[in-house]
Amino acid sequence: MTEKVTVEIVTEVDIVTARKLGRKEAKIIGFNKVDQARITTAIGELAKNIFQYAPVGKIIIERIVKDDKKGVSITSIDHGPGILDVQKILEDGDSYGGGLSSVKRLVDTMHILSEVGKGTTIKVEKWLR
Amino acid sequence: MEQLKRDYKIILSNYIHNQNESNLYTGQNFIKRLIQKNVSPEEVISIHKQALEEIIEDLPESTIHAYDFLIEVMVHFGLKLKEHQSLLMKQEELRIEMEVAARIQNTLLETTIPNPENLDIGMVSVPLRKMNGDYVHFMHDHKRYLSIAVTDVVGKGVPAALCMSMVKYGLDTLEYANSNPSYVLEALNQLIEKSVDDSMFVSMCYSRYDLETDIFTWSSAGHEPPLYYDSREKVYYDLESKELLLGILPEVKYSQHDIKLNENDFIILMTDGVTDFRKQENFDPRQYIKELALSCRHLNAQEMCENIYKKLQVLHNYELEDDFTIVIIKK
Repeated sequence: MTEKVTVEIVTEVDIVTARKLGRKEAKIIGFNKVDQARITTAIGELAKNIFQYAPVGKIIIERIVKDDKKGVSITSIDHGPGILDVQKILEDGDSYGGGLSSVKRLVDTMHILSEVGKGTTIKVEKWLR
Repeated sequence: MEQLKRDYKIILSNYIHNQNESNLYTGQNFIKRLIQKNVSPEEVISIHKQALEEIIEDLPESTIHAYDFLIEVMVHFGLKLKEHQSLLMKQEELRIEMEVAARIQNTLLETTIPNPENLDIGMVSVPLRKMNGDYVHFMHDHKRYLSIAVTDVVGKGVPAALCMSMVKYGLDTLEYANSNPSYVLEALNQLIEKSVDDSMFVSMCYSRYDLETDIFTWSSAGHEPPLYYDSREKVYYDLESKELLLGILPEVKYSQHDIKLNENDFIILMTDGVTDFRKQENFDPRQYIKELALSCRHLNAQEMCENIYKKLQVLHNYELEDDFTIVIIKK
C-alpha cells in the first residue's frame, strides 16, 4: 500500500492521471462520493495551474493521520512565475491564478508558499468527517 | 444532515407514489432548510441519489453512474457559479464607487456661469459616461476682467477625470481673471508635462474678456477652434491656432490674439465632442454648427447652447460618442 504518490505535470494527460490517482486515494481513505469529487476537482485545478502557468511541476498526494482523524493532503510544487500577492489572488477568484480560490473552497486548509520568479508550493488538506 | 436526508426521502417517496402539486410544493419548501444548513448543489444530488437507492431497491447500475457523474459535474458548476456571483458583486462595488467618484468630481468641478452686465454667457457640458473629461472654468473678478477656460482631456472616464482635477487645481492656483491667456497656458503646460502620465494630453482654449473695452483675448493649446461671428460683416471666422496640446513638451510658448466684440457678435467655444461626426461622411460639422447657431441667434446664449445640443443629439440619433461641451458668449 503506497502512502504517497507523485505525478509530474507536463502535458494535459497528466492532469487526468493526477485526478485518477487522487480519486483512488480518496476512495481508499473512505471519503464519500461527494468528497471524492471535491478532492479530485481540487487536484484537477492545481494540476491545471501547473500546466498553464509553469514549465514544470508536480502533484504529490499523501494519506495523512492526525490524532484519530484520517485525511488526504495534496501538494503542488512548481517552478513557475510565482505569485506576487497571495491574498489578492484568492480574493480575485478566477481572474488570475486559475481558480485557487475555488480550491480553497473545496478543502479544509490551504497553505501557499510562493516566491516571485522561483515558483510556488501549495499544500491543501482535507479531513474525513 | 441525517435528519435532512430522512425528510428528503419521505418527500421524494411521497411524490414517486403520488405526483400531485402539494407534494411538489413541499419539495420546493424543503430548499429553505437546505440553504439554512448550507448544503451545496452536489450534496443535494448526493442526498437525492441516496434516497432513490433506498426507495427503489433494484435501481439500475447505469442510473447510479449517471448520478455520480452529475455529482462530479455539479462540484465544478457550484464553484464556477460562486466565482460568477463574486464577480457580479465586485462589479456592483465598482459601480457604487464610480458613482461616489462622479459625485465628488461634480462638486469639485462645479462652475458658476458669471452674469456680468453687457455680456451674455451660456453653457452646456454633458459627459458621455459618468465622469466628465471636459471642463469649463469661469473666473470673474467682478471688475473689469472675466476669464473662461474650456478644457478637454484626451481620453475618457476615470483617468481623464483624475487629470482634470489637477488641471482645475492648476487653474485655481495660478490664475487671476486678468492674467494673460498665453501665460496661463505656458504655466499649465509646465505643470501637466511634469506631473501627468505620458499618454495623457490636455487641449485648452483659454480666453479673457475685458468688460470695459469688449476685447476678447484668447490662446489655444491644440483645442477645437472657436467660432467668431461678426454681425456687421455677417461672416464667421474660425479662430484657428496650430499650437501644441498641453503636457507634450516642456517650455512651450503660446501666442495670444485679440478680437473686439461689437453688438450682436458672438463666440462659440466648444470641445471636439461637439464637432465629432465620425458616422457621417461628406459632412462639414463646423459648417452645420455655424448655420445652427445663426438660426437661433435671436435667443439668449444659454438657450442657444441648449438648442444646439438638442439638435445635435437628434442628428446623432441620441448616441453622442464623446463628452460634449459648448460655451457661447454674446455681446
